[in-house]
Parts: sequence; structure tokens; C-alpha cells
Amino acid sequence: MATQVFKIPNTIKKDAKFTFCPGCDHGVAVRLVAECLEELGVIDNTIAVCGIGCSVTIYDFIDMDALEAPHGRSVAEATGVKRAKPDKFVFTYSGDGDYASIGLAEGMHAALRGEKITSICINNTTYGMTGGQLGPTTMLGQVTTTSPTGRNIEYYGYPIKLAEHIALCDGTAFSARVSLDTVANIKKAKQAIKKAFEVQLKGLGYSFVEILSTCPTNWRMTPDKAHERVQNEMMQVFKPGIYKDVTVENV
Amino acid sequence: MVECLTNKKVLMKGNYAIANAAVLAGCQCYFGYPITPQSEIGEFMSGKMQELGRAYVSAESELAAINMTIGACSTGVKAMSSSSSCAVALMQEALSYATTDELPVVLVSVMRGGPGLGNIYPSQGDYTQAVKGGGNGDYRTIVLAPSTVQECADLTYKAFYLAQKYRNPTILLADGLLGQMMEPVEFKEYPYPEVDNSSWRLSGTKDHKARIIRSYGPLADDRCVFLEKLFDKYKKLEENETEWEEIGTEDADVVLVSFGSTSRNVKTAVKMCREKGIKAGFFRPITLFPFPNKRLKELSKTVKKFITVEVNMGQMVDDVRLAVNGVVPVELIHKGVGAPPDPEVIFKQIEELI
Repeated sequence: MATQVFKIPNTIKKDAKFTFCPGCDHGVAVRLVAECLEELGVIDNTIAVCGIGCSVTIYDFIDMDALEAPHGRSVAEATGVKRAKPDKFVFTYSGDGDYASIGLAEGMHAALRGEKITSICINNTTYGMTGGQLGPTTMLGQVTTTSPTGRNIEYYGYPIKLAEHIALCDGTAFSARVSLDTVANIKKAKQAIKKAFEVQLKGLGYSFVEILSTCPTNWRMTPDKAHERVQNEMMQVFKPGIYKDVTVENV
Repeated sequence: MVECLTNKKVLMKGNYAIANAAVLAGCQCYFGYPITPQSEIGEFMSGKMQELGRAYVSAESELAAINMTIGACSTGVKAMSSSSSCAVALMQEALSYATTDELPVVLVSVMRGGPGLGNIYPSQGDYTQAVKGGGNGDYRTIVLAPSTVQECADLTYKAFYLAQKYRNPTILLADGLLGQMMEPVEFKEYPYPEVDNSSWRLSGTKDHKARIIRSYGPLADDRCVFLEKLFDKYKKLEENETEWEEIGTEDADVVLVSFGSTSRNVKTAVKMCREKGIKAGFFRPITLFPFPNKRLKELSKTVKKFITVEVNMGQMVDDVRLAVNGVVPVELIHKGVGAPPDPEVIFKQIEELI
């Protein structure tokens, strides 16, 4: 007898059309978020705040109340939502352009204040929606439309390691970096998202998950090659791991 | 700490009156960042909101403060921020979003000297910023302009009500003089009905289908429909909510138009005119948007000249000219920045202009 090993979460809209590029990890990340919301039973008490970029379309996929924030301001708006309604489950979903660049102040200060919200940030080392420009997470040597000869330190400076920075903030209860390059790592990613959500539900402080993700279109790569790049290049610099977890001692 | 007294006259700064009225209006969340000359609002709120179990956040920037306000408003609670001039400039993007989101954001703008950092003297230099909007796209914010500390309180109530009723960001446009001066003020109970927001607020999908509050409109045709709807709202506002004060305009040859703290000295100057036999009238827009275009147009049939008096280089004068549409001349008495010109100075300039 056949065993069902996979199903589309009930929290995914039935009429949702897949709009991400082929090979883009956003689809997997959104599905993991949907699964966690469903499994924790919080979906009908959730208010999501979406950042600008490819990530904003999460509200087209997940059947939940959502607020769209100006670029970089999703964490500020989520702070407002949570302070107004502390009993609601509140999370932000945004890309690295939104969170790590224009919204870095909002993210760090929410972490410092220990806002009881969760932020999911997709790190694909580029500004995806605008066509692949150099962003705050673009890797040294990486060619983008605005670093045509590759990112060099003298001209462009260094990329930011978000999970480590957010972990340093005293109000952060959980900070992790995960990858979606293999089935095993997708499982770990889901565990991290779930943990981050549980940390919020327990009211322990700010929780943050950085998800290493592909952008095959802007990287000019096939989905396979893009995942190889995640493994061979990104994970070497942006090391996956749990950087802070107040529920466990000595992380 | 000033108390939330009702039905008792107290001596209070304008900034405290605004904050106190906001608390009495049922404001559940305040988000702010310090800037002179409005910092007393945040100072008052920090203690009072905590005491009442409501929310106060000392935001990392004005960008964050106004966006936190948007977030809180999206859940249907009354929320506000306050700031001044160069920092209100930072909030313009969010105000544009909030009009498209149709969220009842209340922002108190206590004007100081500009442009740029300017100075902390009173000014009316942000008339255009407030009334025309400094953000992108076609939108308007409701703008209320108090001229006394009592009105600072009364119009704060009204700002919350109109914001809720019309689901549109509303600015209380005060200035450094009103914010810092003390006058007797009496706080009544919040006089307006509560507006039902159960049809749109975000609360999770327990009792409704998923709601998305967003400003993204990918299709041009849909956007056209939305903008027409938005501007129908502004027409309704003009028909129903335009407010002004006028004195002695029935037989006036010249009508002085002024708003906010400046209008106080203009009122005195108009009295001086009357004493000298000059048939002068006084006209004070209380809602700067919607602007009392219709009434000014009517008056232009009987009045020979309008003179606006402003503490800026001449901003509202443009709107008076548009309202009057060339029927009679519209002159300007102005001072770039600082306390309003003395009544005697205004009177003298009126004499020269008529």
C-alpha cells in the first residue's frame, strides 16, 4: 500500500500559481514556512509582514492575513503589529536586499529590543527582483550587473553575515542560518524555522532565520549548478548553524 | 507627569495637550523619535502609555516610527507618531503607503524652521509638505491646523476620528510656538463615535478570509480604478469635513487669510483695521486639506482683495489664489521663520497693500 510522503500544506492557497523562477529556493522556503504555521496551529492567528522584492509574493501563496511594508520596513511594521496585538503570531519574510541593506537598522533594533516576532530572511547574494545587482550579501569575487568584474574589497567592501550579527544582539533568543541545497538540509531548515516560531510563541525574544537560497536566473545558472554554488561557495562563507538559542545552554 | 484630567481647566503646553488628548482619544500605541520642538509628546507618552498598559516604542528612526504606526493601525487599534519638519520629511514615503493601504495613521507634525536642519524656531514652512504630500504618487492626507492649546487638544480628538472614519492618514499640523506655549485647556471626554473596522483590520483568519493590506497594484487598469475611488473619498471629505473660522467677512473689502498660531496676531490686526475704519475680515482655514476652496470662491464675489499671512515664504497663498482663480488679487504678508509678526507689523503692511 502506498504511503503518502509529501502533501501540499493546507495553508497554501488552493488557487496559488507558482510564480518564482525555475530552481529558485523561495518556493521551498515558503512551503516550509507554511508547513510550520500549520503544524504549530497558528495560521489563523497569524499576521505576516512582507518585505519588498521577490519575497513579497508570500502573501499570494499562504492563506493568512498579511501586511506589505515599504522596502526595508517590514520589521518595523511587524513591531507595530505585535505591540498593538501581543497575542498575535507575527513574522516577517523578506530578502537580503530588504533585511540586510535598507532594513538593517530595523532588524538589529528589533533584535536589541527583543521584539517577540520572527524574521525569515532569504540570502541569495543579490537583488533578485531588480535583475541581479550587487547587494549587501554579494560574495567577494561575485559578478553581478553592478559588479561587472566581481566584488573586490577595495571597491565594494565586504558582505554581511546576518545570522552572526543578529545573534550578537542581547534581545535575540534564536538566530540560525540554514540552507536548502539538499533534502537533509531542507529538513534542518524546517527545524530551525519551527524553533524560531516556537521561541516567539514562548515569548522568549526575537528570533531570526537566514536561509541560503538560489537565484538561478540572476546567477545565469541552471538549478543544479545554482545548488552546487550554494554548497561550494556560499556555505563555505555563510556557514550554516545555530548561532544563538536561549533554550539551549552554551550554543 | 501631567494627568489625563477631564472637565477641569488646566494650564498646559501645547505638546502635552496633544499627548494628553491622544491618550483620552484611546490611542493604544505611540511610536516616536525625539526632535525639538515636539519631544514633550514622546516624553509624556513614554510614562503614560506604560502606566496604562498601552504601547510606547522609542523607535530607532522616524522611518521606523511611522512604519510601526502603520503596523499597529493595520490591526485596527488607534496609533500615532509625532515629529517635526526635517524628520517628518523622512516619513513621507510611509504616508504615501498608508494612504494606499487606507490606514488611519495619525501623525502630529510640530513645524520648526527649515529647509534642511533649519532651526528650532516656530515656522509654517511645512504647509506644502503636509497639504500636498511629500511622498510619491497621487494622494492626500487630511490636515488639521490648531491655533490655540485648546484646539491642539480638540483637533487631536478630531484627527483620530477623521482618520478612522475615512481610513486616511491624518496630520495635526502644529508649530513650535503652539507646542511650547502654555495656555488654559479643558479636556472633555472623546466626543466622537468609535468607527467599526471589523471589515478590514488584520487579526488572523479565525473569523474572516485572508486579508492582504498592500499598496502594490501590478495592473494599470486596476490602479486607475483604485485612484478614482481614493479621490472620490477626497471629494467627500471636501463636502463634509471642511472647517474654517471667519469673522467680519460680510461687508469686508479685504479678507486676511491665515492659519495656525500666526492667525492669532492676524485676528488682532484685523480688529485694529476695523478700529481705523478699514473694512477688513478674518478667515482661518482649520482643515488645510480639505481646503475651504468653495467658501473662498464665494467670498471673492464680494471681497476686493485677499491677503494671506504666513510664517514661510508664501505657501498657502497658492491655494488661496487657486480658490479665488484670478477674480480678485491675492497678496502675501510673510516672514520666513520664527514667531508670527506682531499685530502692529501686520496692520502696517495691510495698510500698505490696500
